[in-house]
Amino acid sequence: MKLVVNGVEHTLDVDGETPLLWVIRDRLRLTGTKYGCGEALCGACTVHLDGHAVRSCVTPVARAEGRRVTTIEGLSPDGTHPLQLAWERHGVPQCGYCQAGQLMNAAALLDEVGAPTEEQVDRAMAGNLCRCGTYLRIRAAILDAGKGR
Amino acid sequence: MTTRRAFLLGLAASGLLAVATPSGAWAAPADFVPHAWIRVSADGTVALTCHRSEMGQGVRSSLPALLAYELGADPARIEVVQADGDPAYGDQDTDGSRSVRTQQDLMRRLGAVGRIVLERVGARRLGVPVAAVTSRDHAVWHEPSGRGVPFGDLATEAAAEPLPDRVTLRADPPASGWDLPLVDAHAQVTGAARYVADIVLEGQCTAVIVRPPVLGSSVVSFDDTEARAVPGVVDVIELPAPSGPPGFQPLGGVAVVAEDTWTAKRAAERLRVTWSQSPHDGASWTQDLAAMREAVARPGTARRTRGDAEGALGSAAKRLDATYVVPHLAHAALEPPCAVARRTEDGCEVWASTQTPQAARSMVAEVLGLDEAKVTVHVPFLGAAFGRKSKPDFAVEAALLADRVRRPVRVQWLREDAMRQGYVHACSVQRLEAGLDGDGRLVAWRHRIASPTIASTFGDAHELRDSELGQGIGDQPLEVPALSVETHPVQERLRIGWMRSVYNINHAFAIQSFLDELAHARDTTLPDLLKEVYGPPRRYTPEEAGAEIWNYGASLDEHPIDVGRYHRVIDRVRALSRWDEPAPEGRARGFAVHRSFLTYVAVVVELSRGTRGGPRLERAWVVADPGRIVNRDRVRAQLEGAVVFGATVALHGRLTLEDGRVREGNFHDYRLLRMNEAPRSIDVELITEGEPHGGVGEPGVPPVAPAIANAWFALTGERVRELPLT
Ligand code: FES
Ligand code: FES
Repeated sequence: MKLVVNGVEHTLDVDGETPLLWVIRDRLRLTGTKYGCGEALCGACTVHLDGHAVRSCVTPVARAEGRRVTTIEGLSPDGTHPLQLAWERHGVPQCGYCQAGQLMNAAALLDEVGAPTEEQVDRAMAGNLCRCGTYLRIRAAILDAGKGR
Repeated sequence: MTTRRAFLLGLAASGLLAVATPSGAWAAPADFVPHAWIRVSADGTVALTCHRSEMGQGVRSSLPALLAYELGADPARIEVVQADGDPAYGDQDTDGSRSVRTQQDLMRRLGAVGRIVLERVGARRLGVPVAAVTSRDHAVWHEPSGRGVPFGDLATEAAAEPLPDRVTLRADPPASGWDLPLVDAHAQVTGAARYVADIVLEGQCTAVIVRPPVLGSSVVSFDDTEARAVPGVVDVIELPAPSGPPGFQPLGGVAVVAEDTWTAKRAAERLRVTWSQSPHDGASWTQDLAAMREAVARPGTARRTRGDAEGALGSAAKRLDATYVVPHLAHAALEPPCAVARRTEDGCEVWASTQTPQAARSMVAEVLGLDEAKVTVHVPFLGAAFGRKSKPDFAVEAALLADRVRRPVRVQWLREDAMRQGYVHACSVQRLEAGLDGDGRLVAWRHRIASPTIASTFGDAHELRDSELGQGIGDQPLEVPALSVETHPVQERLRIGWMRSVYNINHAFAIQSFLDELAHARDTTLPDLLKEVYGPPRRYTPEEAGAEIWNYGASLDEHPIDVGRYHRVIDRVRALSRWDEPAPEGRARGFAVHRSFLTYVAVVVELSRGTRGGPRLERAWVVADPGRIVNRDRVRAQLEGAVVFGATVALHGRLTLEDGRVREGNFHDYRLLRMNEAPRSIDVELITEGEPHGGVGEPGVPPVAPAIANAWFALTGERVRELPLT
């Protein structure tokens, strides 16, 4: 099967039922995308499929065939996506483990609505857990990055 | 430049100078490496070592910043090197909220060693006396002439210099700390930060382990036909059952080793394992809870006695009696335990998400029968830990499997494994009784506790230890003439371990809730009552307590129980939250204060009813007095995170047992607070007036749950005596 991830085409021999998460991590060695629950309950594995946020741990790789997959490594060429900059400005990450998923989810939100309201942020981000409790800084960083839109 | 203090180093004696190199390509011959914490290279790079595990608390910013401060390096330009597990670094156990407290002095002395040598060489180069130079911004300067030499240009010469055997420290850093750059933020937001699961070695395979579902049971037999039939399975291996108390040992079970994670997981689901019987078969939370409730109805082992509590309760004009329950809780760090091991010809190399790399190293050496010197333990970023990763069982699993398979193996705990087979936070049932005299004064206090001890994980112990009671009970400065603290033995069903804030969570919940009940009975508010029952500002001493006071391993001279500091955080949070003004329509506030890990924290939480009728967090105010701090923004971040962690304790956290097994498995049945449930604002105020460093990572948590429960009572009139609230 052919898979396009971050603009690079890969030809893979893989069972189509395999979750996209494990193909990205174990086969393509793009390790920025994290495993947290495997059941679409935490958001750590969030990537974009044609620009929309999906939970890669429950997305069979077959569903990504012929579509554009973007991972945290492809969010920006040099880490300067407005959200990445805002994350650094606001000192968001603690352990950092959830943050790739948070960023990917937030990036899809900004692409969709431009400058979200606080309620829109809360609703869109409710599926992304952060056990370290960085939610208030994430919220502030998204609102901040959204302002520039 | 007032308080310059001279220190005898004693470094050689403690062996610290003997440390060779933290990682492979640490030093070139031309580098200046006075010891394992500093490397100045000829190209100007200044690399500083962090020997504690980074798990989100920012230790890779704070400890190196102290080294940099004394060295004269610019903290924005240093490279931080993560130390492997090696006793030569001294204590590397990253727990107890004490990395800065116990290591700051050492970091400063080590930094000063480097500075003294560089200044000596720099002065020579500049042709001025050594007293006329200072180091700052990666260079040695002669300020009067404005001339300076970069550290890099001095490295080779410095490398040949003898080290000083005495150092003078700079003036103390500001008590209120610095705003330091977050060294790893860029890596974290680009996906470049490496956690253990991101380590990929040539030929590496992945293991998923099916562990005994009930503590104390082990593998009788297993059928792996179906598992082995899954393409990509490398091997199926039975792991040895632990012997004796659990300790840090792996639980045993059967491992499926496969070419990739998904294959390992699917094949593990196809294993058929028969487990032996366990004394815990059939155990349930409902029954255990009933037994603990029943226990606290009776007198227990007297642990602390002042006056005649029984008599004083009997003759009190008014009596209050309430029982509080905290269930078992899960750490639920977002990164489940994970380790990678590679068996080398005569040793073993391990990467582990561990808070205790030295314990991991000795255990791996022991199970493989290797000399410790042949075992290397690397510590990548931890995807948070909260105490779970103080137990290196998963590193041992990886080492055992790598030894058997003779290929590098990554052991990946699944979320369900982490939830069901970890080291849980101890449940607790506490009955509190208070007697008031005719004027409403507190004259009697009885506290009965049934709660499993962490010591049960390490031996035959079933009753709380003094150090566990010391977390929020023995150190409560209660002014009450008759007092009794009693404990009951409890049959533990799970491996009990440290979780962020540990027993303080349970004790603060019961005591601060009960005092709130008392305040309502007295028609006063909690902050006023607290100041009354804690008494006037003073040092609460063992003499007054009539008992030893456990103090987190710190001396009471350096870290007294200072009732004045309780008063101060109480007053400040009261002002910050405008406690004395009515809450906005439809909202109510709750209060709590707690000292733990030598730090005083007072919290106010404002709640409303959410759309489904349950509590909705609106705002939180936190005033913390941790004494001196280093990394100001990270201290704030820890306290913000503590509100969220504490809110999960209050609203969602609960592990239950059925048929000896933990029922909850993933985040649908063990919920964590979500962004849409988090408060709109958390205002943090820090009091840093120069008292010695207290802890930061943990003390923010304990007052949160009682503040929420107290707010819920203020809002609804319903008293929460059993967590979680929803
Ligand atoms: S790992 Fe996919 S949502 Fe948690
Ligand atoms: S930063 Fe640790 S889980 Fe979010």
